[in-house]
Amino acid sequence: MLAWTIYSSFIGVLLLMVIPKDNAALARKVAILSALAGLIVAVAGFFQLKPGVMLHISTRSWISSLGAGYHLAADGVSLTLVLLTGLASVAGVLFSWNIQYRTKEFFALYLALIGAVYGVFLSFDLFLLFVFYELAIIPKYFLIAIWGSHRREYGAMKLALYSFIGSAMVLAGLISAYVVSGVHTFDLFVLARQPFPHGFQLWAFPLVFGGFAVLAGLWPFHTWAPAGHVAAPTAASMLLAGVVMKLGAYGCLRVAMTLFPEGLEAWKTPVATLAVVGIVYGGLVALVQRDFKFVIGYSSVSHMGFVLLGLATINTIGLSGAVLQMFSHGIIAGLLFAVVGRMVYERTHTRDLPALEAMGLSKSLPFAAVTFVLAGLASMGLPGFSGFVAELEILLGAWRAFPSIALVTGLGILISVAYMLRAMQKAFFGAVPSPVCHADQPPLEPVSVPERLGAALLLGVALLVGLYPRLLLDVIVPSFDSSLFDWLRKGGGR
Amino acid sequence: MNYPQLLSLAAPETILTLGAFLLLAVDLASPRDWSARLRFRIGGLLACAGCAAAMIWIVMHPGHINAFGGMLVVDPLTQLVKLVLLVLVLFAVLISIESTFTLHPGEYLALILLATVGLMFLVSAEDVLMIFVSLELTSLCLYVLTAFNKCSAKSAEAALKYFLFGGVSAAFTLFGLSLLYGLSGATNLRAIAAGLAGRQGDPLLSVALVMTVVGFGFKVAAVPFHLWAPDAYEGAPTPSAALIASGSKLAVFFVFAKVLTLGFAGAEGSGAWHHFARGWTPVIALLAGLSMILGNLVAIVQSGVKRLLAYSAIAHAGCMLLAVMCHSGQSLASLVFYAATYGLTMLGAFGVVVVVESVAGDDKLCSFAGLSRRAPGASFCMLVFMLSLAGIPPLAGFFGKFYVFVAVLKTGAPGLGLFWLVALALAMSAVSFYYYLQVLKQIYAADSPPNAPSIRIPLLLRISLFLLAAGVILLGIAPDLLLGAIERALAAAGMDHA
Repeated sequence: MLAWTIYSSFIGVLLLMVIPKDNAALARKVAILSALAGLIVAVAGFFQLKPGVMLHISTRSWISSLGAGYHLAADGVSLTLVLLTGLASVAGVLFSWNIQYRTKEFFALYLALIGAVYGVFLSFDLFLLFVFYELAIIPKYFLIAIWGSHRREYGAMKLALYSFIGSAMVLAGLISAYVVSGVHTFDLFVLARQPFPHGFQLWAFPLVFGGFAVLAGLWPFHTWAPAGHVAAPTAASMLLAGVVMKLGAYGCLRVAMTLFPEGLEAWKTPVATLAVVGIVYGGLVALVQRDFKFVIGYSSVSHMGFVLLGLATINTIGLSGAVLQMFSHGIIAGLLFAVVGRMVYERTHTRDLPALEAMGLSKSLPFAAVTFVLAGLASMGLPGFSGFVAELEILLGAWRAFPSIALVTGLGILISVAYMLRAMQKAFFGAVPSPVCHADQPPLEPVSVPERLGAALLLGVALLVGLYPRLLLDVIVPSFDSSLFDWLRKGGGR
Repeated sequence: MNYPQLLSLAAPETILTLGAFLLLAVDLASPRDWSARLRFRIGGLLACAGCAAAMIWIVMHPGHINAFGGMLVVDPLTQLVKLVLLVLVLFAVLISIESTFTLHPGEYLALILLATVGLMFLVSAEDVLMIFVSLELTSLCLYVLTAFNKCSAKSAEAALKYFLFGGVSAAFTLFGLSLLYGLSGATNLRAIAAGLAGRQGDPLLSVALVMTVVGFGFKVAAVPFHLWAPDAYEGAPTPSAALIASGSKLAVFFVFAKVLTLGFAGAEGSGAWHHFARGWTPVIALLAGLSMILGNLVAIVQSGVKRLLAYSAIAHAGCMLLAVMCHSGQSLASLVFYAATYGLTMLGAFGVVVVVESVAGDDKLCSFAGLSRRAPGASFCMLVFMLSLAGIPPLAGFFGKFYVFVAVLKTGAPGLGLFWLVALALAMSAVSFYYYLQVLKQIYAADSPPNAPSIRIPLLLRISLFLLAAGVILLGIAPDLLLGAIERALAAAGMDHA
């Protein structure tokens, strides 16, 4: 049934392709219905899953000459991310309700991206996974190049090339693994059992892990992320930061770490180091940005550093923290980008923090201000929000694996408090302009109903998971008992 | 073997030849007040009917005969390649059908059919003499097809360049083949290989090898013998360029692979990293690497779409050379699949160029600006073609590349000695992604000139574009459709362990 997340998105794309060009209202309806259908299926699937049991959706064979199969399945990790995709896609449609220019094309590309993302999270055949993974690149490019703002063609091309180079690295690694293993299949369960030669793992692991990590924003390959996020239209930045970066992290976990455990063991310290550099560097750069959206863009790099650090710990608590952080950051970053891109920028037409400071937006856009403060608190990792649990777990995991690195990570959390407070202060709580100069400007358009709905959805989820993290952890943690995670136990984790 | 038997063996080729004569006669007999356009349509339909008749004959008469010691080999494999070839030619005719560049459609279409006859004999040949004769038959037709736009100086220049390069390359080929004959005393490929056994170190063999490779290298436009290609693609009437890029590529690559794997069997050598050994594979590996690098890098700076496609064709030739290099059954299957899907894609891309040229008068990148709002259907097709050329799944181009890479790595297994070539190809495909996206950026993201009217595309052209796009998508989603057939044919022809 979960496969219908993919199908409903692509059916939405097909419907959007045939409806008349200028009927924007209909296009919106198709988009929201299709996204909602995906979300409903995802939620239903989430409650259907018995913790610790692999849910096989389809195991048909596909390309017999290669041994590639149409193998869709789900465990706790992928279901968490499928759920995130569902939430982010609905929220994204709500926040793009006002798109007027080439509406139907926008939503068609949007849904194609969503469908591909669902596909990656549900594929347990590496060929299929790669197909979906690369399929996601194209809509991203067009969403930014056509509907973007600030230096959109540059940002779109940079993002597309980085993604493509990353996926080329992955492809090289995958084909090599397929040939070296000598088995005539791309099925993850079979390949994961193959004992790849140690020497091969040593170079194949960085190739595949690095390829995926480009998309996860690993420092120093993160530079596409801020440029792309800033150039993208709101819904696309929400998806990019919220979901697409998770594709990379998910690929690292599901493919690179599962196939090449010995490579992982050898490379874990460099990975953890780069992750922490990303955490601190992203935070420091966010601290000095003038462009509001760049602050959020670099904060994403910093938060994705946590995910990668969690992965590199190779113990259950670190990994579950990483998966939870993927979910949590997906929700919170989506919300932050929604406030910056949709609520503020499309009304004030500036993202320059000093300019915003002079507007006193907390008075004219109180809803936006409240949302941003709550989302900002969540992003800092305040208890009660999902980010807190996730980052705490990652820190605990890191403390066991790399104590000295964990110390530096603490510094990263402090920096995140600093840049968030600074952005909050400058963007919303600047001096209230005097009524005299305020009079000749039209009042800002109030925050619309779809925006309120979208914000409420994301905030509610962040709070719910923060207050009751077991909702997700009870699904995530048992899935590490599956045979796919044997390496976790061999590495002496737990 | 008597003449009726021979004729029935070569029936598809005979049908096409008769079709060409019929076409000429009909065009000659058509009333004087019929417009060139009408005559083009009638002739085009006749040519399509000829191709279809030949295809039907091939499907109805599966055979397995090796006539005159390899002069004419009819087996499941060559029949399959001929079928694919005829499909490609059919589409090349369809995209030419609305052209206005000539007043002599009968001759143009007849030449296309005659070139196809040459290509079909080429596919069937396992004898160097026959290979050379059919190559020349094809080439002469293609030179004329390139020059067919008599009002355009560029067309004439392109044809002259193509002719001179082609003539020199033919001389090289002939010299190489004559050395082979001298060394082995045979003209059949398998007999040559037998005659060459034990002479691996002979310098004369190296000369013969290099000469042959040079000749074929010209034909497939591999670096450093590629210089004619950009000019020929740009100057030739677009449908002629499409034929050169699709059908001719497929047949020449097929026979090139056969010449090397059968004729030079035993002299392979090795191109594996740290294990280089003298033979023809390192030579091909070198050509492949150079073609991929130069083709992709130079394509970046092109401002005309046809030139861009020409350089991308050079890069793709590099990829196909990789498959040639591996000389395994799987690599031959991957080569045929790659060349077939690549031909379909190129035909489609040139078809869209035809559409744009008919409106804008040129093929500059900026003439494609905003095409998605003026011709959404054709733009979507171009999206499919460009992404397939770039190797984005789930399109045919991706699968073709993937399968070639698997074949290459399997050849170098277990040490993955050929990984360096795959890594190079993947790095270069990232470069190619950039320039294909440039085309799509113009089509989808750039704004069309103000007040540009929407483009009406003639029905036949529209249908063929959609069919081509559908084929590219279908063969990407279900590659087994074609690949399965190729593998069965290979097994039936006994080439699966070549």
